[in-house]
Amino acid sequence: MAYSDKVIDHYENPRNVGTLDKDDPSVGTGLVGAPACGDVMRLQLKINAEGIIEDAKFKTFGCGSAIASSSLVTEWVKGKTVEEALKISNQAIAEELALPPVKIHCSVLAEDAIKAAIADYRRKQEQLQQKQQGK
Amino acid sequence: MVKTPIYMDYQATTPLDPRVLEAMLPYFTAHFGNAASRSHVFGWQAEEASEKAREQVASLIGGSGREIIWTSGATESINLAIKGIANFYADRGKHIVTCKTEHPATLDTCKRLERSGWEVTYLDVDRTGRLDPEAVREAITDKTVLVSIMAANNEIGTIHPINEIGEIVKEKGAFFHVDAVQAAGKIPFDVNACKADLVSLSAHKMYGPKGVGALWIRRRPRVRLTPIIDGGGHERGMRSGTINVPGVVGFGAAAEIAQKELPEEAERILRLRKRLHEKIVSRLEDVYLNGHPEHRIPGNLNLSFAYVEGEGLMMALKEVALSSGSACTSASLEPSHVLRACGVSEDLAHSSIRFGLGRFTTEEEVDYVADRVVEAVTRLREMSPLYEMVKEGIDLKSIAWTAH
Repeated sequence: MAYSDKVIDHYENPRNVGTLDKDDPSVGTGLVGAPACGDVMRLQLKINAEGIIEDAKFKTFGCGSAIASSSLVTEWVKGKTVEEALKISNQAIAEELALPPVKIHCSVLAEDAIKAAIADYRRKQEQLQQKQQGK
Repeated sequence: MVKTPIYMDYQATTPLDPRVLEAMLPYFTAHFGNAASRSHVFGWQAEEASEKAREQVASLIGGSGREIIWTSGATESINLAIKGIANFYADRGKHIVTCKTEHPATLDTCKRLERSGWEVTYLDVDRTGRLDPEAVREAITDKTVLVSIMAANNEIGTIHPINEIGEIVKEKGAFFHVDAVQAAGKIPFDVNACKADLVSLSAHKMYGPKGVGALWIRRRPRVRLTPIIDGGGHERGMRSGTINVPGVVGFGAAAEIAQKELPEEAERILRLRKRLHEKIVSRLEDVYLNGHPEHRIPGNLNLSFAYVEGEGLMMALKEVALSSGSACTSASLEPSHVLRACGVSEDLAHSSIRFGLGRFTTEEEVDYVADRVVEAVTRLREMSPLYEMVKEGIDLKSIAWTAH
């Protein structure tokens, strides 16, 4: 199977590989997929008080399309608000990377990773508020 | 500087040996006759060439040329052996014994027979992919017509104790078909030592042309089968169709070379495989060998690189032709049935890479590939959340993964 140029570019020069502090309340971490299925993505988003995504980092265990999907998503979410980021669809990712049908699940996983990271961030923020109200 | 791309997928296919090509060429042009033409010299020449090739192929496996049936490849040979025996001897019982790690040509043929009322036992293997001969003994019943086992596995290279298995099969009175595609020409293999009744062979796995195979069928005691392809009654009525004369001439030449050079070649390739293995495991942790450390064809090295996905790794090694047991390389999305039968966990099955070494593999290529593998695995592990988690002391099994 031949890869699209964009997949190859993201695979060879992945953007934003790395780790953010998962204990920081402004960082949301999404860990999706399973080793047994051959793909695991971890997406971390650092979100400021205005709800804007300031930074994004990923690490991915998976094929070239999975790595490219997560790399692309980190580029796309940076500078976006949480609400805008939640609108990124797997179809848009698959289209941008020209993923073949057998690789669509990679883009689905990337969309899930955004949702999981934001859900984690929101959970942390709620806990923080509860703590502050409790004081 | 080593020349790329490097071919390291010799269990998938092998390049044609130039000596084989040379032997074939006249049979495309000057000696183009139909081997079935009995009335003129063109036919006689073609027939003579085909008969010589039968002897060459049979000699490689210790048989006689009169026992060779030409086919279009090993898939056809295996289909003919299994279906042919099943259809001819169905009145003896409707039970076949085979193994979970067989090639799809065997497994899917057996599955089709199951749909028409046959019972098939798929034997388990141990963690190295080896079959216990005693398991074969226990599986055979008075209804068992055929036992079909491969001599060596195409994915993990494991060599079955085929002679011991053959002994048991004959003791029990069933027919024994051996898929010797990966073994013939690579390791010593003898139809009498393993007491085979039928043996499937492929030319293109031993530096011969694609589209040519053979089924060796024992004459004494006589083994009969119902043909799949009807027509002009070629190949003693067992496989009609005009003989691919250049193809079988190439197969014969390839078999003769393999027989002559086997001991030296096997030793050289084994040394290269050990070198590749050593150069990788000495520099990378958490690399696991799939298959058996000793009972293994020389040209196969199958490794799982923990925390790195196989297809992702092959993409990093794009100038090296390899294959992976990862689901992502096939349309099925299921990881290798062979690795799963060996009890390899699904994540390690996704992390497996098969290195296939052969006649034209050089030491320089081995060193280059080892370096590139170490580089790529190191880079991908830096990008792997699993590797980071393990380094932090997290047990990956403790995570509630979301299967998708």
